[in-house]
Amino acid sequence: MNGKAGAVRSMFDFYVTRGRTQIQSEFQYRAATYFWMIGMLAEPIVYLVVWTTIAEQQGGSVQGITTGEFAAYYIVWTLVRNMNIVFTPYGWEWRIREGQLSAALLRPLHPLHDDLAGFAGWKPVVILLWLPVAAVLWIAFDPVLAPTLLEACVFFFAIWGAYLIRTMFMSTLGMITFWTTRVSAIFELFIAAELLLSGRLVPMPLMPDWAQDVAGFLPFQWSFYFPIESLVGDLSTGELLRGLAMQAFWIAVLTGLTLFVWRFAVRRYSAVGN
Amino acid sequence: MRAARLGWLYFKLGSLTELQYRANFFIQLIQSAVAVGTAIVVLKLVYSHTNELNGWSEPELLVVMGIQILLGGVIRMSIQPNMERVMEEVREGKLDFALTKPEDSQVLVSVREVRIWRAVDIVSGALVLAYGVNGLDRSVDAGDAALFAAMLLVGALTIYCFWLCITTGAFWIVNTWSIIELFDGVYQTGRFPVSIYPGWLRIGVTFLVPIAFAITVPAEAVTSRLEWSTVALALGFASLLFAFTRWWWRFGLRRYSGASA
Repeated sequence: MNGKAGAVRSMFDFYVTRGRTQIQSEFQYRAATYFWMIGMLAEPIVYLVVWTTIAEQQGGSVQGITTGEFAAYYIVWTLVRNMNIVFTPYGWEWRIREGQLSAALLRPLHPLHDDLAGFAGWKPVVILLWLPVAAVLWIAFDPVLAPTLLEACVFFFAIWGAYLIRTMFMSTLGMITFWTTRVSAIFELFIAAELLLSGRLVPMPLMPDWAQDVAGFLPFQWSFYFPIESLVGDLSTGELLRGLAMQAFWIAVLTGLTLFVWRFAVRRYSAVGN
Repeated sequence: MRAARLGWLYFKLGSLTELQYRANFFIQLIQSAVAVGTAIVVLKLVYSHTNELNGWSEPELLVVMGIQILLGGVIRMSIQPNMERVMEEVREGKLDFALTKPEDSQVLVSVREVRIWRAVDIVSGALVLAYGVNGLDRSVDAGDAALFAAMLLVGALTIYCFWLCITTGAFWIVNTWSIIELFDGVYQTGRFPVSIYPGWLRIGVTFLVPIAFAITVPAEAVTSRLEWSTVALALGFASLLFAFTRWWWRFGLRRYSGASA
């Protein structure tokens, strides 16, 4: 019993320490982070401008979504997108091709913990640097956003849920690199599917009905559309809680999948490089 | 002339290297298909909610997207690999090897790399463009086509100058990789005619990052909405930028001291 508690505590210590060192090291690269963030902003701004243009041509709204609501959607989008940046399959590819995994395997910890803690430590820095960006977008695009306290609370948990879903999804994809290290084409296919079926491109109600049905069977919308909509939209308390439950469900499924494949994958690993 | 011969030589050399990795062609093919597919889905989605976007019809927007993909292929095939190599070499002090050669340094650093498989994007972009032209209400005559080709060349030159200006910054700032990410992001704005953007952004993607001259202006030539004043502006801007780039590169070079032994 004592041993179990000790293990949990040392794991907790690991996350706190790893996260804290990551925060410190990321703060050194503020300018680089800003360049990267401005590059990232182009995508939602393009979507926002296109849909605002269409809404204005049609008298102020598309499918009931007004220009102010579009602005709110895509501004919150930028925060959710920042939360969604995780260790990618390309990272796994690099890890295996360069033999970096060998060192990670020597540690008495699953490499996933390191990815999770490291990127989680990056998030507070990103959110802090994001605030002025959000302020500028707010002034430029005039969003309509009035969340309730409950919505704000759910949003806080939902962005971390989104972070976990996407980490686990990307890890699952990353496992493929144990069998072949030329997987960029497969990844791009998945990223494209995610773009269309997650709410990253447009709010889900703008998609055709059949696409929304397909999206219902996939984890994507729970890491984009749901967190954004929890703050921007008018979801009922039941819908909000159901959303969090769906996030938990997908985190469990994808974590299980990663760990299951990992058992076979790691046996295939033979260190390349040094 | 000498510059063209040099470019051709490096092109042959780079192609021979790349031809060894034929599997990359298929990977590029799939990636290109995914990119084109996504672009078309976006377009269909937009036009399922409207008939025209700020005066641009669906085939006209296909033209814009075709040019964006095509030019993106040119950038990733030639401009970006060359510029990344310069940034890398400045950091590692290896630029000496290029500078000591008895050729114009700017020409040399601009032609050394070529990733021929990325030309797949040029082909797929051209196909999207052709498909868009096919759907236009009025036909494109020889004059439009010639103007388009000329404006596309001017646009590619402008983008090249922009890249070299940024790359020259590597002589002062070592960490320039994030600028590549920045460009990749901003280049996405070229998927739509710049006229849809609000004023501050339109000025940004016209003069700061010359996406308007590179993509929208050639697209205006194809869709016969190009005015001669725009042509003059594009030519003037390209010449000015080219002259500035040349001066800026030489100015930056003076800062370079070679970091290696």
